[in-house]
Amino acid sequence: MSATDLGLPLMGGLDAIPTTDQKQSAKDYTSDQEIRWCPGCGDYAVLAAVRGFLPELGLRRENVVFISGIGCSSRFPYYLNTYGMHSIHGRAPTIATGLAVTRPDLSVFVVTGDGDALSIGGNHLIHAIRRNVNLTILLFNNRIYGLTKGQYSPTSEVGKITKSTPRGSLDHPFNPLSLVLGAEASFVARAIDADRAQLTDVLRKATAHRGTSFVEIYQDCPIFNDGAFDVIRRGGDNAKQRIIPLRHGEPIRFGVNNEYGVVLGEGGFGLRIAPVAGVGEDAVLVHDTERPDPSIAFALSRLSDHDLTHTITGVFRCVRRPTYDDGARLQIREAKATESADLAALLRGRDTWTVDA
Amino acid sequence: MTISDSAITVQPGAAKSSNGAIEHSREVLKRSCVVIRFAGDSGDGMQLTGDRFSSAAAAFGNDLATMPNFPAEIRAPAGTLPGVSSFQLHFADHDILTAGDQPDVLVAMNPAALKANIADLPPGGILVANSDEFTKRNLTKVGYPANPLEDGSLCAYTVHSVAMETLARGALEHTELSKKDASRSKNMFALGLLCWMYHRPTEGTERYLREKFVRRPDLAEANILAFRAGWNYGETTETFAVTYEVSPAKLDAGTYRQITGNTALAYGIVAAGQRSGLPVFLGSYPITPASDILHELSKHKAFNVTTFQAEDEISGIGAAIGAAFGGAFGVTTTSGPGISLKSEAAGLAVALELPLLIIDVQRGGPSTGLPTKTEQSDLLQAMFGRNGECPLPIVAPRSPTDCFDAALDATRIAITYRTPVILLSDGSLANGSEPWKVPAVESLPPIEPGFATAPNAPDGSGEFWPYQRDDDTLARPWAVPGTAGLEHRIGGLEKADGRGSISYDPDNHDHMVRLRQAKVDGITVPGLEVDDPDGHAELLVLGWGSTFGAIGAGCRQVRAHGLAIAQAHLRHLNPLPANLADLLHNYRTVLVPEMNLGQLALLLRSRFLIDVKSYTKVSGLPFKAEELRNVFIDALKGDLL
Ligand code: SF4
Repeated sequence: MSATDLGLPLMGGLDAIPTTDQKQSAKDYTSDQEIRWCPGCGDYAVLAAVRGFLPELGLRRENVVFISGIGCSSRFPYYLNTYGMHSIHGRAPTIATGLAVTRPDLSVFVVTGDGDALSIGGNHLIHAIRRNVNLTILLFNNRIYGLTKGQYSPTSEVGKITKSTPRGSLDHPFNPLSLVLGAEASFVARAIDADRAQLTDVLRKATAHRGTSFVEIYQDCPIFNDGAFDVIRRGGDNAKQRIIPLRHGEPIRFGVNNEYGVVLGEGGFGLRIAPVAGVGEDAVLVHDTERPDPSIAFALSRLSDHDLTHTITGVFRCVRRPTYDDGARLQIREAKATESADLAALLRGRDTWTVDA
Repeated sequence: MTISDSAITVQPGAAKSSNGAIEHSREVLKRSCVVIRFAGDSGDGMQLTGDRFSSAAAAFGNDLATMPNFPAEIRAPAGTLPGVSSFQLHFADHDILTAGDQPDVLVAMNPAALKANIADLPPGGILVANSDEFTKRNLTKVGYPANPLEDGSLCAYTVHSVAMETLARGALEHTELSKKDASRSKNMFALGLLCWMYHRPTEGTERYLREKFVRRPDLAEANILAFRAGWNYGETTETFAVTYEVSPAKLDAGTYRQITGNTALAYGIVAAGQRSGLPVFLGSYPITPASDILHELSKHKAFNVTTFQAEDEISGIGAAIGAAFGGAFGVTTTSGPGISLKSEAAGLAVALELPLLIIDVQRGGPSTGLPTKTEQSDLLQAMFGRNGECPLPIVAPRSPTDCFDAALDATRIAITYRTPVILLSDGSLANGSEPWKVPAVESLPPIEPGFATAPNAPDGSGEFWPYQRDDDTLARPWAVPGTAGLEHRIGGLEKADGRGSISYDPDNHDHMVRLRQAKVDGITVPGLEVDDPDGHAELLVLGWGSTFGAIGAGCRQVRAHGLAIAQAHLRHLNPLPANLADLLHNYRTVLVPEMNLGQLALLLRSRFLIDVKSYTKVSGLPFKAEELRNVFIDALKGDLL
């Protein structure tokens, strides 16, 4: 079977979704449900950012849908006054896929966590991303199982002492961004729960992208993994030395005085960090989210150390690629245009015979 | 079969059939029914050959039923017993119920096919063997010390030893075809020969071959040449002294076609989409023998049918649930272990109370089991195989053509009651075929989605309550995203009755568990009809699913002995028809034959406190009519169990 040119339209992530002229506020997006996260949970900050950012999209609220799996973060849909489904562990991408394919007029979000998306739902995550279904996936990564009360997760560091690993965990953790880039993700970004401005900026870009937008959000779980991200969450010079913010079209630089830069690695392989003074400004890599080849984005994902010595944030990659749902709808449209939908003819088929009375 | 073949009239000389217009210069024997089994290597094209002969029989106006039987391996080692693939078809001048217990004619394309099938051929039966394949090497492979075609060991049968490969190749001598391709057309030679023997029309097959090989006209012509060579071989050689004629059956007036269960299910789904006005979304993962439903539906995009080949079984049902949430008619199809993988999401669909059709084409289990064989062993899983109290309706078609009606019926229940429905087909229905009286589209029941459009809170608050139920059906409203003012959140957590918000209240949970059960229990299903022609039978045979034909044929045989026996067949396994309890009590003995270890019997015993007798077989093959007849007679004598 040969590949065919699907002739897909190049659209934005929110095209075909009905908009409203009515002014909306965060309050419009707030449901009447009492929030049941622990005090101080990073989920509150993300919820506030999402409630704050949704009104600016100007979409009709009834055309926004949040689908989640199971876990602390998956309670998210209950707190938004949109359509929503709190489904089953790991399966949210599948449900969102069926919805997005059949309903181009909806803006579909998936809210998931590190256990939900990367452990039990790993298969669904990579396949939704591979298909590039028009979804925005928000993965709240707190590097722990919260709802089940504190077992290590697929993003916990090796040696983590938890209830299920009294002598330390043995599993090597996933780097979620490396994983999704390997799965051909067309939009990849990372944000930190505490940095509302940057989180909002990433959310904006993610929803504008047509295809699967994958956003990893470092989220603090003060109950079971307290302070896991403190070194980058608390701001100040400590954070500046660690966080490498990405801006499309700009040299990738960071540091208290912007004194470090990201440069190509030895022999052209990978990336490394160097003092700009030592390598010269021209050697610093200029960030391009639209590079068709994902190698640089992948190398950037590898620059983020699990111990947060360096953490890259912002949009890693944003490229155009045909989406599964647009393709599926196009095939239906073409079939409708070229074939008859005569049920009687279908049921009769081509070989009939008649029995007379 | 039930009606003997004794009614034979001999017509000397040429015969001209009423609508086949095939003239023969041989003695013609009339038969009321014939069972042919084509058997060969998996690579020999036996399924296609059988299918073509069936089409020819159907086009001629016979009633017919077919039973393919093939290995799970696509190409098991050539010439071995595990690699044998067969296709049995039964065609008749009257209405028949099964594909026949045993063949009258066995076509064996190689020694392995002969060895695997000869035990089923009754003495006096006709064997047509492809002698080319009976080489020393092939004979040794399957443990024949000598060539059975020559050593007299087959003297109980009428043996026609035909060098099909040589003859087919000879017919193709003047074509450009490679020797290999020419040899491969031997199945068409066999088909041509059998069509000649049984006066089958040839145009349909020739047209079919031209269409199938539209991009390879050379192959089309070669196959047609081989097909004609087989026909001519019968006509010109003296080997075959007689030919047979089976007159058209007297079926109800109407337009007929031949259809398999899987195709009928697919058409039922398309029709349900059209009659409900909903887009159809199928989420499915390939698995034998359910995949053909996916294949078929993927061809019908013009009917607003989207097919999604998911990454796994779970995603297949998950995507269908997502589509249903969005207001589409969500369907998922599977078989074998696939239904186990879907259990979790099926439970979610029960909690969400969204319409969903789950098709399980049952096959031999446990685990991977027997992928290409049939069984009825998923009934209890369909009933109970989810965590928690998780009831859902179950519908089971009784024949390949009934798959169409069952799909529509299951959709009606799913949409009316906002519930997932499991449709239990099985391997024999999936691949078996029979003539189908094509229904008029207008006669198909309309299905009303009845989407919610306005807030419904009984307290007049103007809110939308997603679990506020309809008084009659107990169904909740189906409010799809995009409907302003009805924004709501649903999920797998227990919900407060009415309002639908999360609730851990003990009384509410007890209430909701009972409500979900009451909703399923209250589904309207037609009363069960009993076939009890004498009206005084003391034995009721109660079946479900694909055993209908064999049970019916067995009952006919019993009645032919002058004995009274009643038959009833369940389409609705959950809820059961309301009149079932009374019915069961009307008979001294209730016998339940099943292709499992007595799953329906278990349900009936616990539900109605009746000691139903259970007859079971789990061989991967359908019941035979004669086998059941004997069981029924034993039951009538009181000898059973
Ligand atoms: S357990 Fe952790 S992640 Fe879960 S709600 Fe509490 S703080 Fe948040």
